[in-house]
Amino acid sequence: MAFSALTMAEQVRNQSAPDHLAELLSRVAQSRDRGAFAELFDHFAPRVKAFMMRKGSNAEQAEDLVQETMLAVWSKSQMYVNERGSVATWIFTIARNLRIDKLRRDKAQLYQDIEDFDAPDGKIGADEAMGRSQEDNYVNKALAQIPADQRELLILSYVEDVTQSEIALKLNLPLGTVKSRMRLGYQRLRKILEQVK
Amino acid sequence: MTISHHLDDATLVAYASGNLPEAHGIVVEAHVAMCQACRAGLRQAEGVGGAVLADQMEAPVSDVCRSATLASLDAVLVQSPRAKTSQGEVPLVLSRLLNGKPLADLAWKKKAPGFSMFNIPTSKGSKTQLKLLSIKPGAAIPEHGHGGEEITLILKGAYRDHMGLYQAGDVADLDEDVEHTPIVVGEEVCICLVAVEAPTRFKSIWARLAQPFVGI
Repeated sequence: MAFSALTMAEQVRNQSAPDHLAELLSRVAQSRDRGAFAELFDHFAPRVKAFMMRKGSNAEQAEDLVQETMLAVWSKSQMYVNERGSVATWIFTIARNLRIDKLRRDKAQLYQDIEDFDAPDGKIGADEAMGRSQEDNYVNKALAQIPADQRELLILSYVEDVTQSEIALKLNLPLGTVKSRMRLGYQRLRKILEQVK
Repeated sequence: MTISHHLDDATLVAYASGNLPEAHGIVVEAHVAMCQACRAGLRQAEGVGGAVLADQMEAPVSDVCRSATLASLDAVLVQSPRAKTSQGEVPLVLSRLLNGKPLADLAWKKKAPGFSMFNIPTSKGSKTQLKLLSIKPGAAIPEHGHGGEEITLILKGAYRDHMGLYQAGDVADLDEDVEHTPIVVGEEVCICLVAVEAPTRFKSIWARLAQPFVGI
C-alpha cells in the first residue's frame, strides 16, 4: 500500500494537535462538555468509520461501530491517562475492542481494555509512561524511516483484518518470515521512538 | 516478580492490531498483567495503531449517525476509574474466566499420572483453544515442535529447557519450528496457561506428554 502518513500527519497536526485533542477529552471527563465531545466526534468519527470499512465493515455497520466507539469515549473519558498514550491511541483501542467483541458471536471473553489489566501496584511504571514519543506525529515519522517491506507488513496488520498466518498466505511467504519481518520493523520503530523520548 | 521470558514483538503487534486469535489474546493479557516491560511494549504497539487511525483518510459520517450519537449521551452511564489490584493467585483476566475459582478447585481431568488438564471455554466461533496444564515436578515433556501458533504462560512452579528456566510470570512465545524439551523442576507442581491453534496437533502433544509418566 502507498504510504502517505507523513504528508497526512503534517496536515493533521495543524488542525488537531494531540494536545488540543487531549484538552477536549479532559473537558468531557471533567465537566461533561458536549461542545468538546462534538468536536471530538467530528475529528474522530470519520477516521473510525474509514478504519472500520478498511477492516471489512459496510457503511452501515461502520457507522454503528462509530456510534458505539464515540459513546464509549463519552462513558470512559475519566479513564484516559495522558501519560499512557495519545487520544488517538486510546480511541483506536476502544474501536478495536468493540469491533472484535462484535465479531465474537458468543462472548465467552471480551477483549480487555488496557486500563483493565491489573498492574501489580496500579501505578504507571517509568517504562510505561510514553511521553512525546507516543504522539501520533512521531510514530508516523518513525514509520516513514523503516524499510518499506517491513513498514508495509506492519501497517497491513493494523488496517486490514488479517492474522499473521493469513498475511503469510497472501504474500506467499513462510509464517516465520512474516513474523521476523514484523519483528524487525517493530524493533526499528521502537528504537527510533526511544531516541525521541 | 522477575520476568525473564517475554512476548515476541510480532505477538505484541498482532494483539495491538486486533489480529491475535482469541485464546492467544487471553494469554497475552494474563502475561501483560504480570509484566511491566510487555505492558509498555503493548502500549507502544497500540501507539502505532493510534498513529494509523490518526492518519486515516476520512469517510464522511451521516448526520443521522452524528445526531443519534449526540442524542444518546444522557442515556450512557459514565464510568469512573476503578482501583484494580488482583488479590488472587492468577491475573484478573484469568480469574474472571474461572469464575473466581481457585486453581485447586477446578474440575481437572487426569490425562496421565502426574499430568492433568482443564479446558477453558472460548467463544463458539473461535478456532483456538485455551487450556490449563498441571504437571508434577520431575516430569519431562518430550521434544515437540509447536503445532501452529502456541503461547504458554507459567502461572506456578517452573520448568527448564534449552532456552533456560521458566518461572511464574514467564511466557514461552516461540516460533512453531522451535523444538524444546521442558522438564518441570523444583518442588512445586507446574501450572501453565496454554493457547493453541490446532486442536488435533494438541492431542498428539498429550500423547507425548503422557509417555514419560509411564513407569514413574
